Amino acid sequence: MIRAKSCSSTRPSMIGSLIAVIVGSAIGTPAVLAAAAPSTPTVDITKFAFTPTEITVAPGSRILWVNHDEVPHTVTGDDKHLASRGMDTDDRYEHVFAEEGDYTYHCAVHPFMIGVVHVRKD
Amino acid sequence: MSIDDTDKRDPEKLIDPDRRKALGCLSAWTGAAVVWTVVGGVPRALGTTHAGSLATASKNALTFVQISDTHIGFHKEANPDVVGSLRHAIADIHSLAQSPAFVVHTGDVSHLSKPEEFGQAKEILAELHVDRVHTVPGEHDAIDDGVNGYLKFFDHDGKGRSWYSFDQSGVHFIGLNNVLDFKKGTLAALGDEQLAWLKSDLARVSRSTPIVVLAHIPMWTVYAPWGWGTADSAAAMSLLRPFGSVTVLNGHIHQVLQKVEGHVALHTAMSLAYPLPTPGQAGIGEPGPLKVPAGELGKLLGTRQLSVVRGRQALALIDTPLDR
Repeated sequence: MIRAKSCSSTRPSMIGSLIAVIVGSAIGTPAVLAAAAPSTPTVDITKFAFTPTEITVAPGSRILWVNHDEVPHTVTGDDKHLASRGMDTDDRYEHVFAEEGDYTYHCAVHPFMIGVVHVRKD
Repeated sequence: MSIDDTDKRDPEKLIDPDRRKALGCLSAWTGAAVVWTVVGGVPRALGTTHAGSLATASKNALTFVQISDTHIGFHKEANPDVVGSLRHAIADIHSLAQSPAFVVHTGDVSHLSKPEEFGQAKEILAELHVDRVHTVPGEHDAIDDGVNGYLKFFDHDGKGRSWYSFDQSGVHFIGLNNVLDFKKGTLAALGDEQLAWLKSDLARVSRSTPIVVLAHIPMWTVYAPWGWGTADSAAAMSLLRPFGSVTVLNGHIHQVLQKVEGHVALHTAMSLAYPLPTPGQAGIGEPGPLKVPAGELGKLLGTRQLSVVRGRQALALIDTPLDR
């Protein structure tokens, strides 16, 4: 359904404060990837809920999830394309949605927590 | 105070003033463990290790201890010292007049399923002066890689699966995993494979054999919006219902609740990590750790709802009031 361009779960200390980080590319040539920009749509995980529960973005958009709860949560896609690790308090997970579609997801620790990302050209 | 197995009075009347006071002391929730005994084939709760004066188990009775929800790795304000709480419980268990045959841990051994959390938990549990500790996984033990990480430390029968059974002193014990198999938006479940195993396991057990089931999430729906229930518990209950004495021990909700269905008595246990709100508690909104003022942690859960369940009693629920 979707070919993820990037998909990562990182602790805040690893993200830095919106500063570009240098990572190695697949062929070993250093490349510069921008961390989440201020305008990156964010889904807050608070009080055992994804807020907003539904979000609509354009293809190529990056979405950031941040866990504000004191218990671990995950962002787990129903089709397995979204697959964060267990996110402790303040942990973040981001994903770039390349293609149009409706991407439903849940928390694998608390399956009653659900959300959906709509990717639309307009 | 002792609770006579032959006592036929109403369960409510079994709470004499001393016991009511003792139950009130259960507010010292942290570091507490529930002591169980089996007499005449009927498991009964004797009290908690914090109650001060536990009921005495009959001679030659099988006694074991239940602890739950240690959440090793949790370090936030609700309880920054879960290791201390566990060690407190261990010390209390060691001080019991009658040493338990073993300890059962009804899940959420770890907080984040990290190997170092499982490792630390296993090391600390090894300090128990008992032959063995039986665990079942909680959902906190199944993050990232299912129960594979958990099984590296707690594979009880070496079969690489998170459910098992064993027999002890004429009692058939069953450990289940009810935290993984789920459909999005619903409660977790046991799943068809495990239910099939349960059916085959019970097929070799006589109907008169007392059964004790260990599972993390309550095997009845305590509060569905918070995931406090097991989606296919009815299927499990239908397999267990024909047996004369079934006791189900759960954790997950960090408080003591009971329910009795015919010959099946279900009990949730207190946590050794942090308190949680009561089911659907007004003003809370979610099942997150409750923070209490310093000094209050040890006495927050003043409402311990321990029941004494005797076999073949249609219903035996005891609601214990708060004792502040």
